[in-house]
Amino acid sequence: MTDMKLMQGNEACAAGAVAAGVRFFGGYPITPSTEIAETMAKILPSVGGCFVQMEDEIGGMGVVLGASLAGKKVLTATSGPGFSLKQELIGYAACAEIPVVIVNVQRVGPSTGQPTSPAQGDVMQARWGTHGDHPMIALSPWTVRETFDAAVMAVNYAERFRTPVILLMDEIVGHLRENVQLPAAENIDIYPRRCPSKTRLQGYEPYAPEADLVPNPADFGTGYRIHVTGLVHDYTGFPSGSPAVTEEFIDRLHKKILLAQDEITHYDEFFMDDAEYAVVSYGGVARTAYEAVRQARAKGIKAGMIRLMTIWPFADKVIRRNAESLKGILVPELNYGQLKYEVERAAGGKCPVKLLAKYNTEIFVPGEILEGIEALKGGRL
Amino acid sequence: MKQLRLSGSGGQGVITAAIIFAEAAMSEGRQVVQSQSYGPEARGGASKAEVIIDDAPIYHPKIIKPDIVLSLTQKAADKYYKDLDNAEGLLVVDEDLVPNVPVFANVIKVPVTRIASEQVGKMLFTNIVALGVLVKLSKLISFESAEMSVKGRVPVHTIEQNIKALKLGYDAV
Repeated sequence: MTDMKLMQGNEACAAGAVAAGVRFFGGYPITPSTEIAETMAKILPSVGGCFVQMEDEIGGMGVVLGASLAGKKVLTATSGPGFSLKQELIGYAACAEIPVVIVNVQRVGPSTGQPTSPAQGDVMQARWGTHGDHPMIALSPWTVRETFDAAVMAVNYAERFRTPVILLMDEIVGHLRENVQLPAAENIDIYPRRCPSKTRLQGYEPYAPEADLVPNPADFGTGYRIHVTGLVHDYTGFPSGSPAVTEEFIDRLHKKILLAQDEITHYDEFFMDDAEYAVVSYGGVARTAYEAVRQARAKGIKAGMIRLMTIWPFADKVIRRNAESLKGILVPELNYGQLKYEVERAAGGKCPVKLLAKYNTEIFVPGEILEGIEALKGGRL
Repeated sequence: MKQLRLSGSGGQGVITAAIIFAEAAMSEGRQVVQSQSYGPEARGGASKAEVIIDDAPIYHPKIIKPDIVLSLTQKAADKYYKDLDNAEGLLVVDEDLVPNVPVFANVIKVPVTRIASEQVGKMLFTNIVALGVLVKLSKLISFESAEMSVKGRVPVHTIEQNIKALKLGYDAV
């Protein structure tokens, strides 16, 4: 471990990305994510990296995709309005299988909304913001230290699965400062980008999948030929209109993530051993929920908590397993109701799932969630 | 658990002062969380910074009931003193910027902006004068820890003036 530091969530995000090997940042600063760009601008030149502030968020997304194709591990960071602008190119990255991490430090929307206030309104945009069938990985940290870890994981997953990964932060954790002890560099697992396993003479095909269904296209400038397109393509990387190719392609995009779903589903369970009621929570809200669950326990209510760090793909198994023995689930969200419906779907009718929604720029206080737990228990929700 | 709220308007530096306070407490081995809320404006508009200090990990990141509220504007004083405990809470206000001091049991008036402009030389140092006041009144961190933290967080060419500001604030109460 390194020395104890007072660190902000956004700073920890930047530090984690650099620790995971990110050497290129492109973006356009926006509250409440600006400190990520600022920190990257400070750190990257000193480690041989490159920082580019582009003309807007779309440019910021385009430039990181180019850098990623040229072999760099890349990061861009934004908030809701910029996240919307980046969506088209996020789909391009999913289709062309370009590793990229997009940080969205959520604020109140829609549109310019409340720029400095926390929200969790982009949960569904993270999943379905770009068009068409595509898988998505999204991680939502609840502490400053976990933000560092989540940034490392996000970069590793982007590289390993050659897919866009969303680091879905919120203003609460992004702007929070707390005691942090970062791991020593030698204790951080880093996934190195894979190289083509065959030469051209051996039959190199840039988009031919390996056993894990992930292809190893060559980086630009390494002597291999590569064609990159957002059209559906075969193993050569060139467009194909074939139904069979299309079906296999869409299948593979999904299955390469699904094969590893259990491994990339990160969550905590607190006080769940004998719990009758559970709070399912994520991001900064989970901090308040944890406090509320402790208070409920102090009042004799058998309450527990499931804290999801991996938001997408959704932790169906975790929810289903717990729902079997629960009398009710409460989902507090700083939005009008988004992940609640996923929890409800996964619970499959085994227990009622109720929403506690807040969308007025203020975060929950523990008492509100405690009241929610009591109302759930009393059948008043 | 101890909870401090620093309030004023954007540009007065209450967030920086809160960060320095939190960092000093951390250097003394405490658990801290520091948060803030402010409007979209770069200057002007309400600004509020909070510090929670405890020996156990802190989950909920915002103050429920402050022990001390520092207010550098009338608006902030009027808004936030009500959250204080009537018996135990302490309200600290700027003597010149808060002319109508709220009726409250424990109020301390300190001319922090005047000390900054007349004795340190620039109003810019208001937040560090206020920090000195809070270090003394809160008894949560040592002057030395605050001094170390100030040195690490302000631009190098302003260290001398900032330390002077810290001392003047510390000695003003």
